[in-house]
Amino acid sequence: MKFQHGRLKLLAAAVALWAGVAQAQTVVGVTATEIKIGNSNPYSGPASAYGTIGKSIAAYFKMVNDQGGVNGRKINFITYDDGYSPPRTVEMTRKLVEQDQVALIFQPLGTPPNTAIHKYMNQQKVPQLFVATGATKWNDPKNYPWTMGWQPNYQTEGRIYASYVLKNVQSPKIGILFQNDDYGKDYLKGFLDGLGDKAKSLVVLQQSYEVSDPTVDSQVVNLKNSGANVFFNITIPKFAAQAIKKAHDIGWKPLHLLNNVSSSVSAVLKPAGLEASKDLITALYMKEVTDPQWASDKGFLDWMAFMKKYYPEGNTQDQFNAYGYTVAMNLVHVLRQAGNDLSRENIMRQAANMKNLELPLLLPGIRINTSSSDFAPIQQEQLGRFNGERWVLFGSIYDSGQ
Amino acid sequence: MSALTERQRAILIAAALLVACTLPFVLSGFRLFQFTQVFIYAIAILGLNILTGYNGQISLGHGAFYAIGAYTAAIMMDRWGVPYALTIPVAAVLCLGAGFLFGIPALRLEGLYLALATFALGLAAPQVFKYFEHWTGGSMGLVLTKPGAPFGLPLTPDQWLYFFSLAFLIAGFVLAKNLLGGRPGRALVAIRDHHIAAEAMGVNTALYKSLAFGVSAAYTGVAGALSAVAVAFVAPDSFQIFLSITFLVGVVIGGLASIEGAIFGALFIQFVPNWAQDISKAAPWAIYGIFLIVFMYAMPRGIAGALNALGARVSRALAKPPSGGA
Repeated sequence: MKFQHGRLKLLAAAVALWAGVAQAQTVVGVTATEIKIGNSNPYSGPASAYGTIGKSIAAYFKMVNDQGGVNGRKINFITYDDGYSPPRTVEMTRKLVEQDQVALIFQPLGTPPNTAIHKYMNQQKVPQLFVATGATKWNDPKNYPWTMGWQPNYQTEGRIYASYVLKNVQSPKIGILFQNDDYGKDYLKGFLDGLGDKAKSLVVLQQSYEVSDPTVDSQVVNLKNSGANVFFNITIPKFAAQAIKKAHDIGWKPLHLLNNVSSSVSAVLKPAGLEASKDLITALYMKEVTDPQWASDKGFLDWMAFMKKYYPEGNTQDQFNAYGYTVAMNLVHVLRQAGNDLSRENIMRQAANMKNLELPLLLPGIRINTSSSDFAPIQQEQLGRFNGERWVLFGSIYDSGQ
Repeated sequence: MSALTERQRAILIAAALLVACTLPFVLSGFRLFQFTQVFIYAIAILGLNILTGYNGQISLGHGAFYAIGAYTAAIMMDRWGVPYALTIPVAAVLCLGAGFLFGIPALRLEGLYLALATFALGLAAPQVFKYFEHWTGGSMGLVLTKPGAPFGLPLTPDQWLYFFSLAFLIAGFVLAKNLLGGRPGRALVAIRDHHIAAEAMGVNTALYKSLAFGVSAAYTGVAGALSAVAVAFVAPDSFQIFLSITFLVGVVIGGLASIEGAIFGALFIQFVPNWAQDISKAAPWAIYGIFLIVFMYAMPRGIAGALNALGARVSRALAKPPSGGA
C-alpha cells in the first residue's frame, strides 16, 4: 500500500507540475524578462500625421526599459504600418497576435481600422487596449469585454458644449460647421443630443465640408448670414485656423466653440491670429503643450526632457507627442498594477480597475477611473477660454460618467 | 510559357495546385489569410491585365471596381441577409455592367488621357460610397460576419476562405485562358498593337474595347467581393487611390499580357511591402521603391516573362526540341 501511496504522490506532483507549466504557457507574450506589446499605426498614407503617436509611444517604452522595465521585464514594442487601411490593419493585427504572439494590442489608431479588428480581438480574447479614437462604441464591456477606449469621446465633448450654451446664452441661434465623416458626425450627434428637444429650433444652420476641400470660407460666410450668435466649430486644425480667421475678417463675433481636436495654440490659434482667437471656448483634458501657462510645469518639463533624449526628431509643438507619452504612461501603470500576473485576463482586469489615476500631462483635477462596467478611462473635461495668449480654465470639471 | 511543352505545363500546373491544396494544412491562420489575399489580388490583377496587358488600355482606377464589388457583397450580406456565396456572381454582373458603361466614353480617350480619367474614378469612388450613408454605413463602414465552412466540413474559417478564394481564382484563370487564347484574345491584342490595322481586318474595336473594360471590371469586382467576405469589414478607407496603383504595379511586375503573371504580381504586392517594413522601419517605402526598380531592371517583362525565358533556356539545355505553343 505504501508503494501505491508513493506512486499516487508522484502522479499528483506530475499533474501539479504539468498544470504549472500549462499555466505558464497560457500567458502569451510574457517571459521572465520581456513583455511583448503590439500596435499598428498609420506611418504612411493619408493619416500619416498621426504616426508620431506610435513613435512617441515607442520612445516612451524605450525610456521605461532604460529605467529597468516593468517589474523587471523589458517592453518589446512591435509596431507596424497599416496606412490607415482597414484590411491592412486586420493583416498586421493578425500577424501580431498569431505570429509575433503579443500579450496585447495597444493603441491601434483610427475608427475604421479599430472597427475592422473589433470582433477578431474579442473572439481571440486578446486585449485591444486604449484605442486611439474618439468614437463612442469602445465603451461596451458587456459585448466587447476585450476592447477599451481611452480619450474622452467626441459625443461627450459635444454634450459639454450644449450644456454650456443652454446655461449661458439667452435665445441662442446656433450655426454649426462640421467635417463630413465619423469624427464630425459624432461631435454633431453629442451636441444635438445635449440640446435635446430644442435642437431643431435653436440650430439655424449646419454646414459641412470634406477633408479634401481647399477652404471653408464660403461656409463661414453662410453661417454669419444665417444670423447665428453661437458658432460650433467642428474642424481639424487646418480648417479651424481658416474658420477662425475668416469669422474675424468678416466681423462675425459669435460665441465661438472650438472642438478640442483643434485646441493647439501653435498649430491653430497662432496661424489664425491670436487677436482673432480671443474668447474662443474649448473643452480640454490635457495640458496643451504650446500653451505658455505650462512652461514651468513639472509634468511639461519632464515631457520636454523625454522628447529631447528619446525622441529628438519629434516636434515638441505637436500635441500628439504628448498624447502618445501620456497613454503609454497609462499602460505602464496598468502593467505595474498587474504585478507578476501578466495574463491577458488580468491585464484587462487591471485596466478596468483604475481608481483616481492622475497623469502629469492631464489637466489638474482630471482623474482616470474605470470599472468592470465602465470602459471609458477619461470622462472628465474642463472648459477653457482663450485670452489672446493662453487657455484660461474656468468653471468646474464636467464628468460625463456621472 | 511558350517554351514548355503541353506536358511540362500540365505537370507544373498540377504541382502548383498540389502545393496550393497542401498549404492550408501546414500554415497558420494568419498566413492563410495572407495567401487568401494573394488569391484575391491575383483575380483583380488578372482582370486589370486583360485591359492593360492584352488590350493596351491603362487604368489607374480599378480600385473603384474593387470597391463596387466589395460594397455589393457587403450591402447584400448586411442589409438583406443574402448568403455570401451568392453575392459574388452579383458583384461580377454589376461590375461587368459598370465597366462596360465606363468603357464607352473611355473609347474617346487614349493612353495618358484614359489613365487620368480612370484615376479620377479611383479618387472619387470612396467619397461616393461615403455619400450613400444609408446603404454603405458612410465612413464607419459595414461590419460583416466571417463565414465558417459549410456542409460540416472540418475546416477552420481561414482554411475555408482560402479554398473558396482559390476556387474563384482557378475558375478565373480557366475562363481567361479560354477567352484570351481564342478569337477575342487575338482581337484584343491586335487592337493594342495597331488598332487601325485591326479595324481594317474587320475587328469591331469599339465593342472589343468596351468588352475588355467590362470583363476586366467584372474580375476586379469579384476580387473586391471576396475581399469583403475575407476581411469581414468594408469602409471607404479600404479603397484609397493607392490600391488602384498597387494593382497596376502587380500587373507590370507580374508580367504584362501574361495570365500566370497575376499570381506573381499578387505575391509581390502582398509580401514585398511587409518585407520592406521588416528591413527598415524608418523608410519602408523607399525600400519598396528599390525593390520595384530592381525587379523592373532585372525582369523588364515581369516575373512571368523572366520565368518564360528561363524555361526556354532549360528546355534548350535539355536539348528537347520545343514543341507546342505558338
